Amino acid sequence: MIDLAGISKTYPMGQHRVHALSSISLGIGQGEFVAIQGSSGSGKSTLLNILGILDTPDSGTYTLDGHAIENLSTADAARYRNRFIGFVFQSFNLIHHKSALENVALPLYYQKIGRKKRNRIAMEYLERVGLEERAEHKPSELSGGQSQRVAIARALITEPALLLADEPTGALDTQTSEQIMQIFREVNTRGMTVVLVTHEPEIARQAQRSIVLRDGGILSDQVNRSSLT
Amino acid sequence: MIDPLIEVADSLRTHKVRTALAVLTVAWGIFMLVLLLGAGRGIQNGVELQFRDDAVNSIRIYQGKTTIAHNGLPRGRSISYNNEDYDLVRAKVAHVDKLTGRYYVGDNLVSYGGQQAAFDIRGVHPDHQYLEKTVLTDGRYINEFDLLERRKVCVIGAQVVARLFEDSESGRGPVGELLQLGGTVCQVIGVFTDAGSRREEEAVYLPVSTAQLLFGEPNRLHQLMYTVGDASYQESKDSEQQVRVLLASAHNFSPEDPRAARIYNNLDEYKKITDLFFWVRVFVAVVGVGTVLTGILAVSNIMVISVSERRREIGIRKAIGATPGSITRLIVLESVILTSIAGYIGLLASLGLLELLKATVPENEYMYQPDVNTFVVVAVTVLVIVSGTLAGYLPARRAAVIDPVEALQPS
Repeated sequence: MIDLAGISKTYPMGQHRVHALSSISLGIGQGEFVAIQGSSGSGKSTLLNILGILDTPDSGTYTLDGHAIENLSTADAARYRNRFIGFVFQSFNLIHHKSALENVALPLYYQKIGRKKRNRIAMEYLERVGLEERAEHKPSELSGGQSQRVAIARALITEPALLLADEPTGALDTQTSEQIMQIFREVNTRGMTVVLVTHEPEIARQAQRSIVLRDGGILSDQVNRSSLT
Repeated sequence: MIDPLIEVADSLRTHKVRTALAVLTVAWGIFMLVLLLGAGRGIQNGVELQFRDDAVNSIRIYQGKTTIAHNGLPRGRSISYNNEDYDLVRAKVAHVDKLTGRYYVGDNLVSYGGQQAAFDIRGVHPDHQYLEKTVLTDGRYINEFDLLERRKVCVIGAQVVARLFEDSESGRGPVGELLQLGGTVCQVIGVFTDAGSRREEEAVYLPVSTAQLLFGEPNRLHQLMYTVGDASYQESKDSEQQVRVLLASAHNFSPEDPRAARIYNNLDEYKKITDLFFWVRVFVAVVGVGTVLTGILAVSNIMVISVSERRREIGIRKAIGATPGSITRLIVLESVILTSIAGYIGLLASLGLLELLKATVPENEYMYQPDVNTFVVVAVTVLVIVSGTLAGYLPARRAAVIDPVEALQPS
């Protein structure tokens, strides 16, 4: 599903270049639920951006679902993101002047699907996250948990092969976090590959596999026994 | 097709104040542009009113003195015209429409009853009426039979009537009355007014043959005048040259001599004025387009602000699959729609004001019937759409290259 080989990435920092990722090789199989952990500066956000084709590595190869992700034009990268990847962010990143329904439907707009059809599909996904009654509300009228559920519905609407989540529970209380994780587990059960970045051990424990990064390298990569039960 | 429009409407609705300000600047620019162009046209119409006095397409030939020795004849010879010249011009010159000679009577005292005053007394041909745009208010003008029979008849201006007939006890109009002039008696056959000036109305016209006979110069003309119908400027210049050559050979002066026969073509003056107004219009257009450009820059500026305010939104759109092209189209479309709405408002407002001015401002020589033609309306529409695209393009390019990773950093 995901195959990373020798991925390196450096950023200029003053006169030096900082190694965000140094020669990471990693494989993630179809239907896995992986948590990436690490302190700030460990390179986990950079790894997620590369997985999400938002950023390109300096060297190394990335294969996603059999497609080599290299030398893509920005337009092609946008199309790959639209077709293969769903994003969930810590700060939800909903468009504030659009209703919940319109936010969920937006990825289909970029697939040139007609308004009526995409709104109908968006409504199905809102139902799946239990927010059909909030469809016409603007993000400012939704709670944090509701906003994140709208964002998840938006990530799922294109039925991506890979769901990437960057600290999805970082801005939420424990109880709401639990609801969000419940949704991720459900989605994963249906066969979607989920990769989430977190610094909270109790969130990471809910994944099947836990990868810990430090200083741009992989510190540990292990299967969580607890999640297998 | 409808989807991008909904996206744009959505975005404009979200930023009402900004949208209103942008619309206002462009609308004001278009309003001023169209108003200035209309006013330029109005000033031109006003000046053209001043040409109403005389036929615009007229050519006047005055007597002169030679300035070039020719065929052994010295310089400084006076040239004077005669009835044969009149016949020659009528027969040989192209584009001659109305033609008249003029004979000026030296003795200019006119009396009626106990009143006496001095007026211009001119012997003329019947076509003279068209050349001076004489308007008859009573009676008739001089005709061919008056000329043939050398009738002692005259047509007098309204000022002549006012001066000589003011205490007339008869109560009848001047037509049919007898005037004393130059030692003889003429019957008034018509009264005229002239759109030009009061001065033109202080004239007495006689049949040219009568005037020549009465004052003892039966074959003398002081001046020739004719119109060239609807000939073009170039045709009128050609006609003018033919006259010069013709008179040069008849009176034995050089056709190169500019002062022997002094020929004035009214179209020269008219062309100077129309040329001037061409440049007035160019100037007005430059100023107006400058005003529009200011509006466009304001829109561009507003779009730049809009893009930077929406960095995050654009980052989100890109993360979920918006191509750079689709972002560019969104911003450019927004700019074009914004300027189009504004341009339309400005256009309607200015056309409305011009219509109002047209309906209310009375006829005068400074500003009359301000108006713009369809070409201006179409050109302004194109200008608005093109400039809207340009105003949106640079901000749109900036939006298109926004890096989603950077834009999505939690702030």
